[in-house]
Amino acid sequence: MSDPANIAALKARAATLRRHILAPASTYFAHLGGAMSCADIMAALHFHFLRFGGADHRPDHFLMSKGHAVTALHACLVELGHVDAAELPLSGQSGSRLAGHPTKRAPLVEFATGSLGHALAVGVGIALAEQLDASPSRTVVLLGDGELQEGTIWEAALAAPRFGLPNLLAIVDYNRFQSAGAVDDVVPLEPLADKWRAFRWRVREVDGHDLPAILDALHAAAQADAPTALIAHTVKGKGVPGVEGTARAHYTQLSAEEAARARAALEATP
Amino acid sequence: MSGYAGALSGMKVVSELAAADARVVLVSQDFGPIRGFTERFPHRHLDVGISEETLIGVAAGLAHAGKLPFVLGMAPFVTMRGFEQIRDDCAYNRNAVKFIAPFSGLEAGAWGATHHAIEDIALLRTIPGLTILSPADPGEAQRAIRAAATIDGPVYVRLGFLKKIDGYDQSFEPGQIVEMRGGDDAAIVATGSTVATALAAHTRLASQGIAARVLNVHTLKPLDRAAIERAARDTGRLVTVEEHFIDGGLGGAVAEILAELGAGRLRRVGVRDRFCSEVAPYPELLRIHGIDAPGVEAAVCELMQA
Repeated sequence: MSDPANIAALKARAATLRRHILAPASTYFAHLGGAMSCADIMAALHFHFLRFGGADHRPDHFLMSKGHAVTALHACLVELGHVDAAELPLSGQSGSRLAGHPTKRAPLVEFATGSLGHALAVGVGIALAEQLDASPSRTVVLLGDGELQEGTIWEAALAAPRFGLPNLLAIVDYNRFQSAGAVDDVVPLEPLADKWRAFRWRVREVDGHDLPAILDALHAAAQADAPTALIAHTVKGKGVPGVEGTARAHYTQLSAEEAARARAALEATP
Repeated sequence: MSGYAGALSGMKVVSELAAADARVVLVSQDFGPIRGFTERFPHRHLDVGISEETLIGVAAGLAHAGKLPFVLGMAPFVTMRGFEQIRDDCAYNRNAVKFIAPFSGLEAGAWGATHHAIEDIALLRTIPGLTILSPADPGEAQRAIRAAATIDGPVYVRLGFLKKIDGYDQSFEPGQIVEMRGGDDAAIVATGSTVATALAAHTRLASQGIAARVLNVHTLKPLDRAAIERAARDTGRLVTVEEHFIDGGLGGAVAEILAELGAGRLRRVGVRDRFCSEVAPYPELLRIHGIDAPGVEAAVCELMQA
């Protein structure tokens, strides 16, 4: 599973996703940081872990609960061949099918999100339906860290293990920033892993930019006997010099010069 | 029949539907085993505990993955705490969740204003693609639940304290107002439990020589605009009656139609911009707020003299 060729391909894919994420970033005031922070996770999910169907079983499910990271999802749609790369810079413009949050106007979007705190409960329902039908389909919900301040997340987290649901995986993109600043300054989440454990989830923590570690964690989750929470420690705005790891990364528009510098940095990424 | 009893009798319908359709599941919040359903379909009854947002989100997920979920939850909590989940997860995402919602209106009586659902129609009326059913008696409640299963999209079945209306067994056509009594002096436009109230008012008015048409609005959304316009043209006097605020609910909806039509005068019977915090059993609470036959009769007479 973690063979070097696969890892190299996924790293290249993640770099490509980041380049796609940059496409609208200089024309559109977007949630750049949260899209960049989850790019490696999105690459691992969409180009390795998730099974989009075959004759033998139903497709896996992916819900982007942190809907503001939509440009990372649109980048995957380009790489999956469902959206033309030329559409990306037009995101949010009149007539585009690519909005500022996931909507069903875009192809392959399973669930429209935007208001935070919705998709974990929906993921529980989807996983329940698949479990009732003895389907091997997996359900993955990508959560933001700030989003965990929503009570609905913990309501759904409390309910999920009661139904079994080893087919459910929640990934927390723990990039440490939310709209108003550092999560630790707004409302801290720690001890976060302990919280999920106390809610009877299996918990794994990884460096969310370490692809071999991400793959190992995903495969462990697929073998778990209960729902898994994968806490991915990430850097907000990862890959964008000057923006990476800052509060500004959450919601910003890049100058043409900044975008060019970011593109050059990504080109230099091995 | 209380809304709770009505909901349980509705569960018989859901059981029948479940027997015929493997997609049917029941999702509830702290209701315990549901007589007639849980023992027959133990794996298809999912109780998520006291958590409205999860209740609705889970149901939306079940619908998304191909199930036909019926949600059993109390009207005030499901519609107010769960509003955004109904809006986003069910309607916006086009997940056909069917809500069976007892304890609408003032039925909870002396349990107090937290347990009254007198704004649910106003809230839900704003959600595109959602159907709102409000049956008038226990038989119609069963027919409405059966109809909900076949209606495209999410459906909210509003259940209150429903008395059997003798001789009423009209087939349920979603979106079509039922004319329960004819009359051209005025029209009483009622929904749910207040259809029986309107029928009682009709009898009282008849004894005064006033012929009041009685309309049963068993579908609040989409509203049968043509029947309202016809009543306005034929009678010129409309009285709405509902266990709901007069603003935003049936009265508000009819007012919108009449304003656009430019015909007909209106009186609205219902709760007037205040919490029903009096400590009183349900029938007394209705009387205090004028949601009874004398209240409707008085509103019609006022219009007749205006």
